[in-house]
Amino acid sequence: MSKVSKSPWLLHYDASSCNGCDIEVLDCLTPKYDIERFGIINTGDPFQADILLITGGVNSQTESVVKQIYSQMPEPKVVVAVGICACTGGVFKECYNIKGGIDTVIPVDVYVPGCAARPESIIDGVVKALQILDEKQTALRQNGGDS
Amino acid sequence: MWIIPFLIGIPVLLAVIFPFMKNEKSRGYLVYAGAGIVMLTTVLFIVSWITSGTLPWTLYTSTEFVDHLMVAGDIFLMCLIVYMGIKYGRLLPIVLSVAQTILMLYTEFTTEVKEAPHMMVDWFTILMCIIIAFIGGFICIYTVGYMKGYHAHHRDVQDRQPFFFSMLFLFLGAMFGLVLSQSLIWMYFFWEITSVISFLMIGYTRSDEAVNNSFCALWMNLLGGCGFAVAIAWMANVDGTVQLLDVLNVGGEFPLICLALAGLTKSAQLPFSTWLLGAMVAPTPSSALLHSATMVKAGVYLLIRISPAFEGNLTGIIVSSIGGFTFIAASMMAIAQNDGKKVLAFSTISNLGLIVGCAGIGVEETVWAAVFLMIFHSVSKSMLFQSVGATENTLGSRDIEDMHGLIIRVPKLAYIMGIGIAGMYLAPFGMLISKWVALKAFVDSGNFVLVLFIAYGSATTMFYWTKWLAKLLCYHIPRETVKDVTRKDEYVSMFFHAAVMLLLCLFLPLVAIWVVNPIVRELFGNSTDVLSMSVLTTMAIMLVSIFIVPVVMFFISRRSHRELVPIYMNGINEGDNRYFTNSYGGKEHLYLSNWYLRFEFGRRHLRIPSIILASAVLIVGFCIVIGGAI
Amino acid sequence: MMNVVFVIAYLVLAPFIGGLLDGVDRIISARMQRRKGPGLLQPFYDLGKLFSKEMIAVNNVQLLLNLSYLVILMIAGSMLFAGADLLMVLFILSTADMFLIMAASSDSSPYANMGASREMLQMMAYEPLTLLVAVGFYLTTGSFHVGDIIREPVSAVAWMPGLLVGFMFTTAIKFRKSPFDLSTSHHAHQEMVKGITTEMSGTTLAIMNIAEYYEMVLLFGIFFLFFVNSTWWSWIVAFVICGVIFFLETLWDNVSARVKWKTLLYSCWSVTLVAGGVNILILMLVK
Repeated sequence: MSKVSKSPWLLHYDASSCNGCDIEVLDCLTPKYDIERFGIINTGDPFQADILLITGGVNSQTESVVKQIYSQMPEPKVVVAVGICACTGGVFKECYNIKGGIDTVIPVDVYVPGCAARPESIIDGVVKALQILDEKQTALRQNGGDS
Repeated sequence: MWIIPFLIGIPVLLAVIFPFMKNEKSRGYLVYAGAGIVMLTTVLFIVSWITSGTLPWTLYTSTEFVDHLMVAGDIFLMCLIVYMGIKYGRLLPIVLSVAQTILMLYTEFTTEVKEAPHMMVDWFTILMCIIIAFIGGFICIYTVGYMKGYHAHHRDVQDRQPFFFSMLFLFLGAMFGLVLSQSLIWMYFFWEITSVISFLMIGYTRSDEAVNNSFCALWMNLLGGCGFAVAIAWMANVDGTVQLLDVLNVGGEFPLICLALAGLTKSAQLPFSTWLLGAMVAPTPSSALLHSATMVKAGVYLLIRISPAFEGNLTGIIVSSIGGFTFIAASMMAIAQNDGKKVLAFSTISNLGLIVGCAGIGVEETVWAAVFLMIFHSVSKSMLFQSVGATENTLGSRDIEDMHGLIIRVPKLAYIMGIGIAGMYLAPFGMLISKWVALKAFVDSGNFVLVLFIAYGSATTMFYWTKWLAKLLCYHIPRETVKDVTRKDEYVSMFFHAAVMLLLCLFLPLVAIWVVNPIVRELFGNSTDVLSMSVLTTMAIMLVSIFIVPVVMFFISRRSHRELVPIYMNGINEGDNRYFTNSYGGKEHLYLSNWYLRFEFGRRHLRIPSIILASAVLIVGFCIVIGGAI
Repeated sequence: MMNVVFVIAYLVLAPFIGGLLDGVDRIISARMQRRKGPGLLQPFYDLGKLFSKEMIAVNNVQLLLNLSYLVILMIAGSMLFAGADLLMVLFILSTADMFLIMAASSDSSPYANMGASREMLQMMAYEPLTLLVAVGFYLTTGSFHVGDIIREPVSAVAWMPGLLVGFMFTTAIKFRKSPFDLSTSHHAHQEMVKGITTEMSGTTLAIMNIAEYYEMVLLFGIFFLFFVNSTWWSWIVAFVICGVIFFLETLWDNVSARVKWKTLLYSCWSVTLVAGGVNILILMLVK
């Protein structure tokens, strides 16, 4: 059985981040961290992604975008909220335009705290997400078998 | 042979009747009946020829009365041109027409030529007759419906339909005459008729643009006619014969290059391609009939007829170079066009260029390819013109950009157009096999420049067709639904063409054996087949398998279940793939455009240099040949 | 008999060879960038995953067109390995590509359409040279048939070095290698999201990838033709040189940046004219 976790492709979306976490996400691709050794590819396309990596809290402009991108990803899929803003809204939580963390809009599977989140913890979070991804795949297969 | 006068006479008779048919309905029925009779006569003609043993017939050795009629006809045509020239204040056509007519009359009355058959029937003639009768006939049927829609759209244009139909049928008659003629004098007469009809049809709308373009077409074709007349005069005076076959045997290079000039102008090769582009102002049926399926083929027909004489001499090199150059130059200019008919016009010029290039080499292989190309080009180009015309009536525009998602809006027309486009360059269709043979033959003949031309030219050809095809097949929910106003008779004609296209593709080896091989054999005497049967069959099987693949895949892919989601527009898609949210938070309509590369391949950049280059080649060639002849 | 074996071998093995080459390519690229890179079998994991994903699509015809792309490529490749006509193979190859373009532009997606337009442009850029390569083989060996070409006493490359260089230059387009990866790239980062593959997901994308593997093997088959002759050891030499060519393409991929379309078109056409054209001219004069 082919496991999704062998080739997780991720999509990175900046909901309203200050770019701190974004830089750290890109950091993971550099030779120093080299996430491609896990088969991870940073694709820009929701149709081809398995992991949705979101930085920054959701504001009123990005809410619909997050929902739409999430809907365009094929199952099984997981969402990783990177950085404290994406987890809870962070220091911007009380702002008039911020709705809060990503989980106010779509279900989040892994929370990676930090301001900015360190590359190590991002990789850690993604690897955690892989386990959830595999579980979801198994669940999906069983459901598919039932129906 | 009793049937030949009918072949020419019936369309002419109908042409005489049409100006008096003011009632639209009865005129329509007469067109159907007329086209049917023309096709039936042709079938009878072919059957009687085949049952009599498929040997070449030579007919009408002494025809004094008809000769006199033709002299009268020539003079009438000259008077018509002079009248029109004076009316619109154009000098050039008058000069050309008067010069060539006087030359012709002088030749006819002063020189004695030995009596010889005036008409000949062989395989090539038969093929041309089939093209004229069936493609031409169905275009006439299409015209009935089209012209109704055309005048509903263009209310400012005066309704001169009786005249239009009259010209259509007269043209068919003239074309039959042209391809049947063996005597150059007869051929010249029919040749002039087609030039004048083309002139009259381009000027149908009588707008300034139409008048200008029609005179452009006229003087260019008359220049070719001049070449024709000079060739006849030379042949009559020097060799004492005006037989087309004798041009090959005893003609020498001077009459050859004069006839080649006639062929080049008629088939709109550079530097004379301007007239065919201008001709696109005419209503679509005339473009389909005259400027793609039949009249321009007259030029090609003449060149193929005399092609055995081209082998290995300067005239051949000039003709093939101009053909090859036209192939690539026109296909490059086609990239920058967004008007459907303009693209078709350029592609016609370009494809004719390939045919002319093949004819200019003048060996069996190239002529084989040329005839093949001619068959496929006639069918698919006529189909494309008709579908673009019908689309224009339906959408009110023939801009390719407006055909975005035609497959959803007017599926039937989109399928027809798609088959036509695929027929022009894709693998399952015969154009490709002809290209294969042509490339091989160019290499064999050692013509380096032509090899380069065909290599680059097929790349550019591919580009402009593909982007059009992609535009048609784009899935896009239309902003407003359009009503398909295409009439039944138009569809009858287009479906006929589509069916012929597919059948030609399926029965390609048979076409090769039964039609193309005999033609080549007749032109070159006894010869071996260009492609062996086994090669052809393997190719056909391969091609058909490609044709079947998408169909099979359709059924396979239909079984899979899938969930439809909106297309990716950075998550700001507003629901149905037509709108996205702009930076002000408003709804913005999505608009996709093709690439036209105007700054690189635009007509403005390429037209003048290519005309200059082609003219230079032609003029230098003429100088050398005349120098050699004198 | 031999032909049948070759064709079956191609049909069965090509995806595996292509996948392995892709894996090697990713490792070499990673090493060139001083990274570790993924495992050798990564492309197969990717394919497995893609097939296991939920089927989502933007329309109903994309899968059909992609399947047609795959099958027609397989036909083209089979013809090559059956020793059939090289020119016909190339024609069918471009027909196959046409289906890919149709698949990309079958929905009005801005990114996919942009990719499709660029793909057409790329075809226009490489098409002249591929035709000239076929002509070169014809002039060198007197036949378009692959079966005849491999039986020549001297390798074709002796007569057509210019065409080989030109072909190496333009196949970068076919391999989707930088600097010519305009329409889509096998790398993750792409300026227009994912170019022609933007709207492809799961199975549809997997089919497209498999087709690309078939195409890759087909192209190496043509490279092979340059070196192979009637001797047995020429096959080994050809294998080795194909490996070298593969390495060079990867190297070029890593040391060059993506170019604009104009540079792509003009450079390919110039190389075609200079390397290919001159080579053909010499062949015509000498042979």
